[in-house]
Amino acid sequence: MKSQNDKITFILNGEKVSYAGNPMDRLVDVLRENFEFTGVKEGCGEGECGACSVLLDGKNVPSCIIPVATVQNKEIYTVEGLREVKMFQILVNSFADAGAVQCGFCTPGMMISAYALLQSNNNPTDDEIREAISGNFCRCTGMNMIIEAIKLAVNRLGETE
Amino acid sequence: MKVYRPKNLANALEIKATENVIPFAGGTDLMIKYRTTLGVRPNFPYPVLFLNDITQLKQIKIENGNIIIGSANTLTTILKDDRIPDILRTAISNMAAVTIRNIATIGGNICNSSPAGDTLPPLYALDAKVALSSQKTKRIIPIQDFIIGPGQNILADNEILTEIIIPQDKFDVQYYRKVGTRKAMSLSKLSMVGLVNKNNGRISDIRIAFGAVAPTVVRSRQIEEEIISASEQKANSLIHDILSKYAKLIRPIDDQRSTAQYRKEISLKLLTHFLAEQI
Repeated sequence: MKSQNDKITFILNGEKVSYAGNPMDRLVDVLRENFEFTGVKEGCGEGECGACSVLLDGKNVPSCIIPVATVQNKEIYTVEGLREVKMFQILVNSFADAGAVQCGFCTPGMMISAYALLQSNNNPTDDEIREAISGNFCRCTGMNMIIEAIKLAVNRLGETE
Repeated sequence: MKVYRPKNLANALEIKATENVIPFAGGTDLMIKYRTTLGVRPNFPYPVLFLNDITQLKQIKIENGNIIIGSANTLTTILKDDRIPDILRTAISNMAAVTIRNIATIGGNICNSSPAGDTLPPLYALDAKVALSSQKTKRIIPIQDFIIGPGQNILADNEILTEIIIPQDKFDVQYYRKVGTRKAMSLSKLSMVGLVNKNNGRISDIRIAFGAVAPTVVRSRQIEEEIISASEQKANSLIHDILSKYAKLIRPIDDQRSTAQYRKEISLKLLTHFLAEQI
């Protein structure tokens, strides 16, 4: 049977794009090197640290262990694509105000996971917040400031509704 | 790199029958197994057969008292479906983290056949079966006969694991413990499942399974039967006897995650806790 190495087409940050390179290329590399969305970071390369998290059809996933072939016809968002989204802007400000950003390397992935949580749950408990970001490591803040930042964002979202 | 992205099961089975390929569902184990280094694509030795676009493998349905889970369902999908037995969802909620669960599949965890695969002890305890399909045949095999050693199973070259079939039994007591280094993202040092049904205060059904303490999951129907038939005595008066029987079956190894001695000792302590305090 003929193999299917035709180009991969998907929606990236709201725009239809296609990729004609190796279908086993990792999504993190394609996003950073071919589409220059360098907000996606590579940390561990094993899916454990969450720095490379992106939204795949609304779910936070580690892009370092996803071959680009599997995102055919899917919708990918990186932090760059969420800049104009109100909820994301509130998250950005809350992270800044709560001191949740120190070195910043985990921040894009952390915000993707926080955003995925708030999309499905507008009033999460502390445990639900911890669970939602359990796939994202922060080695600077000790995580508590990040949890505070997400709680702050929840309060601010409640005020704007 | 050659890849196949079939849209239906018939195409996938045709490819599997004619060529040496690596079936790929979520890929969370495979991408690590064949990884090279940072910034570089993994090095797969054979063409990859993607299963993630096949809707037939993503169904979840109830049929004849069984819940049938398509093998390419993600752990997140299973976790959110309240038709799935609680004990399996409890184990899944302790696997990896949200990010990995969003792509990892149940079929992948079974076919990886790791002694530390965390869906396996609940599946053994629930009497789950797996459906292995080829172009012309479909075999239904109990999970304990499917996995034959660490990383080894009986899936034939022309087959794909398509379904997981679980009887819809209810249990009065459901016990799950996973011992790992941290709460999220840890691989099991060991895990234990205990299920019990009671009738007029007597044990009418008991199932006990241990993960990561032997080449495959430990479950003994013989010891379970002995516990049931002796249940006019209280189970906790038999604990010493039961522990010594399981001690013979629990044969862990030393590895980077834990030691054999620790694994054995904690397994037996959990079993004691379950038998003495949870039933």
